[in-house]
Parts: sequence; structure tokens; C-alpha cells
Amino acid sequence: MSNVLELQNVRKAFGSEVVLNNLSLQVPEHTATVLIGASGSGKSTLLRCINLLETIDDGQIFLDGLEITDPAIKVDEIRRKLGMVFQSFNLFPHKTVLENITLAPVKVQNKDVEEARDIAKKLLSRFDLADKADQYPDRLSGGQQQRVAIIRSLAVNPRLLLLDEITSALDPVLVNEVLSIVRDLKQDGMTMVLATHEMGFATQVADEVCFLESGNILERGSAEQVLKNPTNPKTQEFLKRVHQAGRL
Amino acid sequence: MSEKKSSAWSPSSRELDRRALRRKLNRKQSLIAAVSSVLVLGTLTIILVTSPGWEVVKATFFDIEYGKEVFPTVLKGLWINLQLTFFGGLAIGVIAMGLALLRTTKSPALTPFRFLATAYVDIFRGAPLILIILLVGFGVPALRLQGISSNVIVLGTIAVVLTYSAYVAEVIRSGILSIHPSQRAAARSLGLTSGQTMRFVVLPQALRRVVPPLLNDFVSLLKDTGLVSILGVTDAVRAAQINASRTFNYTPYVVAAILFLLITIPMTRYTDRAIRQRTQAQNSEGAI
Repeated sequence: MSNVLELQNVRKAFGSEVVLNNLSLQVPEHTATVLIGASGSGKSTLLRCINLLETIDDGQIFLDGLEITDPAIKVDEIRRKLGMVFQSFNLFPHKTVLENITLAPVKVQNKDVEEARDIAKKLLSRFDLADKADQYPDRLSGGQQQRVAIIRSLAVNPRLLLLDEITSALDPVLVNEVLSIVRDLKQDGMTMVLATHEMGFATQVADEVCFLESGNILERGSAEQVLKNPTNPKTQEFLKRVHQAGRL
Repeated sequence: MSEKKSSAWSPSSRELDRRALRRKLNRKQSLIAAVSSVLVLGTLTIILVTSPGWEVVKATFFDIEYGKEVFPTVLKGLWINLQLTFFGGLAIGVIAMGLALLRTTKSPALTPFRFLATAYVDIFRGAPLILIILLVGFGVPALRLQGISSNVIVLGTIAVVLTYSAYVAEVIRSGILSIHPSQRAAARSLGLTSGQTMRFVVLPQALRRVVPPLLNDFVSLLKDTGLVSILGVTDAVRAAQINASRTFNYTPYVVAAILFLLITIPMTRYTDRAIRQRTQAQNSEGAI
């Protein structure tokens, strides 16, 4: 199994605050890597660095063996291979659901408009959103908006999907409809890196769980290992607090 | 703790390579920028100075000696423009804000005023400024009303204020309408009244958003104060005109144009910078 994504000794600081410190990570094809950790532990920054939304200060990031942190690389071409879903959905409010989804396939991949619409409609009906195709995002519920956002990122056939706390802005009832899509994608063999606070969900989809603390991966392993039998005291402490909050 | 870590860290050789490559790419881009600038500006200059009428144009438009001679007169005229812009600008700000608020209010008691504000904007935004200046400048004194000034500077200012209030009101109104309804909902849910919501939540965001178009209107205002010269006000444009028609040398116009630019360009740059700083302070999505 080849690594789709590989991070070697990545460092990122904002001013004097070191957010990622000498961090390394491998994500093999068809696997899901789940990042857990308290707010501010560097999960979001890590995802943003992978998507080249942030420039790293040291280390290297490889996508399918190609170093994407090379300054001479064409950033737009790399981003075309990556899908990213944000905590706050970030749908385009002036476009309908269908237009949101077909924008990148038509403008970036130069797909035929009809073909792009067909693909979008298939994806929408697969995830029970067919009747929302012509609605504007602000008229949808949070869960529906986030599902549309996931479909939007899928429509360009990404090599790797980055999911940044995609359920954090949703109420518990809506969380499941979003997570079930991710479970489906996992079944399809999509390679994913996701930051989440949903430990139960992490257990279901994760091939590897990484616990981040002050910019480093303190503990990594299978969900069973890290979430059920953590060895690092800081991981134990974190999971205890999550448990107390009733999220395990 | 992070302090200690950051001082212990030294860049790897890969990072040093990368920095060198970035520097090289930057140098390459600067070089492209320089070559392209020289090429474009050089070509334009050559076309200008080799044109058949260049010598005549140079003598009648760019006579440096004559420019120096008329400079004090034109500068004195510009002072009128600046005063007009300043006092006019203040009045425009107040009136335009009132109009914008009236046009966006939903209060039933204010319905007739909303209607009047709409009519006002329709009329003064739609009619050419020069006509308004002529109507106010020559029409109002003809009424021979007691207590109405017949000073052309005052009348000219009133005409400019009437028209620009309508423009600026529409800019502010578009800013108010661009604020997402969720902001209003959040403010009202905290118990703020509709007026407080407007004052503390909607307007601060709306005005920030419309600073660039407002600045655009402000620069236009400064230039359009030159139009009051048709009433006989000796502003910069008029002063230049008098001197130019005296000698048939158009250098005074160029002097006036340069003086206007000396004010408007720094103003634009300053505002651009202020907007950029505020955007960066409020926005974490910096890299794109």
C-alpha cells in the first residue's frame, strides 16, 4: 500500500507560537486518519498546511510522492487533487446547491455543464438531497448544508479528502446524517484525514488515530489502542475530559 | 515553553534550500516586473515624444516657467475647492446617513419620509450635477427670498451637497443591505432594539464595507467642486481657465490637474492601507 500523503518533520509557527513542531505522518491509500486533541493543539493548522493554505516553516509534505511544499510547485494544481470541508460549511450563498457543486467541475476541470450537472445530481440523490438541488444554501439546515459541502468537494474526485471538524457547528441530531456520508466514503475507499471531537465516530472510521498535543503527535495507533487503552498520560487526561463531557 | 522550543530550532537544509529557491523566484518576478515596466512605459514615452505635434504640445501644455508663474493663483483657487469639499463633505455625510436610514427603516410612522427620501434620491441622483448647479446658482437668488444667501460659493456648495447626498445615501444603503440578516437576528436576540441594532451592529460593519466606494465618491466630490466655477467662483479650475485664456498657453490646466492629483492619490493610498490592515486584523484566512 502506497502513501497518498506523507508529512516529514513539519514545523509551523505563528510568530513565537509554535503550532506544529517536527510532526511526521503517513496516510496510506484508502485509509482514514483521525486527528484528535484539544482546541489549539494544531489539528486545523495541520489540515490547512496540507491544503497549502498555510506555508510551513520547515519539513516536507508529499502527495503521492511529489513534494508539494516545493516553492516552485503550481499550488492550484495541487489543490485540485485535494478536497477540503470546513467547520463552517463555506458554501457560496449566491449560488444554488447545484451551482455550488458544479462550479469547480465546470470551471476548473473544464467539464461539460450537462455532464457536471448529471454527476452532481447523482451525488445529491445518493445522499438524499435530490430535492434541494435548486435551493439556496441559506434555506437549508446546517446538516444539509454540510452534506452539500461534502458533495461539493467530492464532485472533483479528490485524491485525498480533508475534513476539519465538520460536525462542530451542528446540533447532535444533525451530526449523524453528516457522519453517515463520511462512513459511506470510507466504504468506497476514499483516503481521508479528519479532525474531529466525535470519539464514537472516530472509532468507527479510523484506521489510525493520532492524538495531538502542542503541535506534536503524542500517541498514535488503531482506534482500539488510542481511544480505549491510551498509554500516554496526556492522552488519558484528554480522553477523561472528553468522557466527562459525555462525548465518548 | 514554546519560546524555548523556537530558540532551539534551526532550519533544516531542506528549508534553507527552499528559502533560497523562494528568493530566486522573487528575484525572477521582480526582474519580469522591471522589464515589463520599462518596455511599456518606454514605448508610451517614445510614441509621445516622436509624435509630429510634440514640440507644440510641449510648449503650450508643459511650459515650466509659465507653470511656476501661475502656480500661486491656481493654488489659491484650490483652497476654495478644499474648503468646499470639507464643508460639503460634512453636510453630505449627515444628510446621506439620514436618507439611507430612512430608506431602510421599516417603521410605519416614518412611511411618508421613506417615500420622500426615495423621491429625493431618484431626482438628485438622476439629474446632471451641472444642471443642479445652474438651477440652484441662478434660480434661488431669482426668488429674492429674504435671508437666502446669494453668495455663489454657498449656492454652489448647496447644489453639490444636494446631488452628492443622493449618491452617498445609496452607497451607505447598499452597505446596510449587504449585512447578513443573521447579524440582525443575533443582535435582536440579545434584546437590542432595532435602533440599537442598527447603531452598534449593522452600521459599523456596513460603513467599513463601503469605505472604498465612499472614498471614490469623496475623490469625485473634490473634482466636481471644480464645476462651481460656472457660477463665477474662482476655484482652481477657474483660476487656470482665466490664465490660460489670457495667454493661450494651457499649462495652468496641467498645473491644476497635478495639484488635484497630489491630494487624491495619497488619500487613495492611505485608505487602501487602512482597509487592508483592518481586514487582516479581523481575518485569520490570511494565506490566500
